[in-house]
Amino acid sequence: MEEEAVEMGVRFMLKGKEIFIHDSLVNSLIITVGLIIFAFIVHGKIKKADPTKKPTGLLNVVEVIYTSVHKLVMDTMGKGPTRERLFPYLMTLALFLPIANIFGLLGLTPPTSDYNVTLALALITFVMTQYYGLKTNGLGGYIKGYFEPVFLLFPLNIVGELANPISLSFRLFGNILSGGIIMGLLYQALRYVAPLLTPIFHVYFDLFAGFVQTFIFLMLTMVFVSGNLPDEEALVQ
Amino acid sequence: MESISSEAFVLGCSAIGAGLALMAGIGPGIGQGYAAGQAASAVGRQPEAQGDIIRTMVLGQAIAESTGIYGLVVGIILLFVRPLMGAL
Repeated sequence: MEEEAVEMGVRFMLKGKEIFIHDSLVNSLIITVGLIIFAFIVHGKIKKADPTKKPTGLLNVVEVIYTSVHKLVMDTMGKGPTRERLFPYLMTLALFLPIANIFGLLGLTPPTSDYNVTLALALITFVMTQYYGLKTNGLGGYIKGYFEPVFLLFPLNIVGELANPISLSFRLFGNILSGGIIMGLLYQALRYVAPLLTPIFHVYFDLFAGFVQTFIFLMLTMVFVSGNLPDEEALVQ
Repeated sequence: MESISSEAFVLGCSAIGAGLALMAGIGPGIGQGYAAGQAASAVGRQPEAQGDIIRTMVLGQAIAESTGIYGLVVGIILLFVRPLMGAL
């Protein structure tokens, strides 16, 4: 019959029970640790840098990334102190997701092809949306929001609210997982000519899809959350 | 004629089901193509707004895509997780 698929990951014993950590979770931890080290390196460089001079080298790149993401967030969500408070999380997403999505280029499992990872990220967005909905509108306004525009639409509003994290997580998960499966099928089908023909598909399925899905996840998170944020335009001026 | 085992029958039906589930890709394909066409004509009318148009288009396409992704997830589950084998 068929070969049993070998599951990669870390297996260890704890108090007589075998614990298995899937490799996608290990990879996401590797990315997290890498990002933390990267943050410390950049922090050290910023401390030493002279703010009156032009940024050079790594600092220049980091600054370009920071300004572009900051501009995107401010354009989509508007300006205000709450937006600034949310910005670190959105920046983390903008750094973590592209690296996680293109991890398949290294021949490892991309963390986002595991539903655990994408569901966790989507649930963070969901909780954030509900939290700011409660905070901005108060309990009464929050509950009243479910009965608008007509009282009868209450079940539809509930389903619509619950569908957001599901579609958000499945979109990222499905795109990255299907890219990986298609690449696996291509490698099996082409066999010896695979190294010649697959790079172009890697560009599409890993690089292009990875960055587009990052952008979409970020945009949808911002749209969902900013729908419930207070209007702070007046505070800025 | 030799009769097929019930495992083989469930496997074959799962494969057919996965193929049928992936027909959900037709709708998003049409929708995304339509959105891209509209965006192209919008860029033709107003080339200076290209960045905003592309951002809006990609966002709309991503939302239109979710039904296709649901079909894809159902197909992947039928092929690789095989939930129907447990019901035998």
